Amino acid sequence: MIALGQVLEVLIGGLMSGVLYSLVALGFVLIFKASGVFNFAQGAMVLLAGLALVRSLDLLVARGFSPWTAVILGIGFAAAIMAITAWLIQRFVVGPLVNQGALTLFMSTIGVTFVLEGAAQMIFGSDVYPLRLFPTDVWLLFESHFPGGILVNKLDVWGAVIAGILVASLAIFFQQTKTGRALRAVADDHLAAQSVGIPISWIWFVVWLAAGLVALVAATVWGTKLGVQFSITFLALKALPVLIIGGLTSVPGAIVGGLIVGAGEKIAEVFLGSHIGGGIEYWFAYVLALAVLLVRPQGLFGERIIERI
Amino acid sequence: MLYREAGQFKTTYAEDMAIFPIRQDRIALAILLGIAFIGVPLLADFDIWPFGSDYLLRAILLPFLILALAAIGVNILVGYCGQITLGSGAFMAIGAYSAYKFGTGVHIPLAWLGFAISIPPLPVPTSILLGGLMAAIAGILFGIPSLRIKGLYLAVATLAAQFFFDWVFLRVPWFTNYAPSGSVNAPALNFFGLHVGTPIERYLLCLIFVTVFAVLAKNLVRGNLGRQWMAIRDMDIAAELIGIRPLYAKLTAFAVSSFIIGVAGALWAFVYLGSWEPLAFSIDRSLQLLFMVIIGGLGSIMGSFVGAAFILILPIMLNLIPTQLGVPLSTETITHLEFIIFGSLICYLLIKEPHGFARLISIGKEKLRLWPFPY
Repeated sequence: MIALGQVLEVLIGGLMSGVLYSLVALGFVLIFKASGVFNFAQGAMVLLAGLALVRSLDLLVARGFSPWTAVILGIGFAAAIMAITAWLIQRFVVGPLVNQGALTLFMSTIGVTFVLEGAAQMIFGSDVYPLRLFPTDVWLLFESHFPGGILVNKLDVWGAVIAGILVASLAIFFQQTKTGRALRAVADDHLAAQSVGIPISWIWFVVWLAAGLVALVAATVWGTKLGVQFSITFLALKALPVLIIGGLTSVPGAIVGGLIVGAGEKIAEVFLGSHIGGGIEYWFAYVLALAVLLVRPQGLFGERIIERI
Repeated sequence: MLYREAGQFKTTYAEDMAIFPIRQDRIALAILLGIAFIGVPLLADFDIWPFGSDYLLRAILLPFLILALAAIGVNILVGYCGQITLGSGAFMAIGAYSAYKFGTGVHIPLAWLGFAISIPPLPVPTSILLGGLMAAIAGILFGIPSLRIKGLYLAVATLAAQFFFDWVFLRVPWFTNYAPSGSVNAPALNFFGLHVGTPIERYLLCLIFVTVFAVLAKNLVRGNLGRQWMAIRDMDIAAELIGIRPLYAKLTAFAVSSFIIGVAGALWAFVYLGSWEPLAFSIDRSLQLLFMVIIGGLGSIMGSFVGAAFILILPIMLNLIPTQLGVPLSTETITHLEFIIFGSLICYLLIKEPHGFARLISIGKEKLRLWPFPY
């Protein structure tokens, strides 16, 4: 017999880790919305941001800076690295490939993935580096209601709070600022935006920078959870079904998709996995995405795909 | 002067529709096949450098041939029919494991029906082809979503196949004949009474497979079916309006492509690896195949070969250069440098020639036609 407390615990745990997937998926959505590029390199960007942050932190603490100064300086350094990366990518890869097919652009971002993975590990090292930015202990809730209570990870709660702040600030950025409006114009129609005087290469730099900063945020949370290491790049593959379920062009879709995937795969793993061999977390999200696609080809929140001859 | 078709008059329809209408092309192909079928074995037999060492045959030519075959399969789907796939590694795995099961005997106990299905071990050529057939069936199943979704959405959907089959072959012990380590060994390679053992025999075996399938593919894509695929690729709605059935065209593309990929997978496992684990057919393999097709040129059989050669040989070269130059670098740094150089080269090629080596070859042919005059 499965206790209600256990179901709730699995559900909450799943929803929380789903938020963490959304953090990675958000970076994809930003770039796809503004430039139509499907950015396979998001996982590598998370790795680069995480490595830059954790290595500079280690160095600063070793030099005797106080923790708070070290954190601020480290985040500033990592953000600067992401800005340089964004500029390089826009200047040397995405810029020259403007007007190419979606497949060519996609493959070029896989090329970028290789470069970023190689460069990040060559510069910052390729071990597992622990990151201690957020508390990692747990809360036990409702101990009076359920035997043993419901176990909730503090880190997951932090992740959810950060994701909320991130989505809110992105929404404000897109809706209220001049650059945000220009971004939406570029997403609608490159040529029309250019003809009214929006500098398209600047806009794309901003988008890649935004994706880089989202990657940095994702890296702080995931780095605390897993340690900053190479396997963090596989997050990109985890985020793809999230995107597909939510829709490639929707920021809220990334969040809802993440929640569905997170909760779905935890529940499936706990209650179904034991019957058919375990490890179904590995593919469950993809099969879920496939099922969603068959019903709604544009994802739950994606813009309707209209085709003309 | 050399490459000019002036004076080659076609007097029959058959000549006009020939697979290689220009005489020089036929001669070049004949020379190439002559070198591949007779030259290389002779050179290897007489121990002439670099063919004398097993290394070239086993570590470069063998994987090149098999991956070129797989790239042809991917090219049919991506280049000719326009359906992006990231799951080709999974179809290689299906080919490999089905061939393994057929080669070692299938036993399906149906306890609730009171009997079991048993197939005795089949000969190796039959099992390889049956492996391709199984991959084709799986390809049709996973091709069904392509009727509703397209482009990058489809790419992610095909990833479902990749991850699902990775898991199946890792976790379902039936497929590995309950091997405790999860890795399996190919049965002895007996082809019609001949044992294929030495590298040169393996090379010739793969060469025969690749030649046959390349000719088949080349003929298929210029026939009725291939034209339907290309119409779907160029604009599916317009193709539908002129009477092409998308269901039939897309699913045949998935079936044919998966069949070829499946056969390549079976060859990869049986002839190249000998013993293997699911890791041999991971997502990295899928990406590698997609790179071969795009770098080689979408919609070109010749391009698949060039792309396979480039993607396969580039890392080997990158690995050799520092040791040859005597630069003291740690292996870790070399690996990272390889990543960086490989990625940059991919980006550079995509920017400079988005249509791949096939376009470069056709530009070269145009230039040759006029040579030695500029125009």
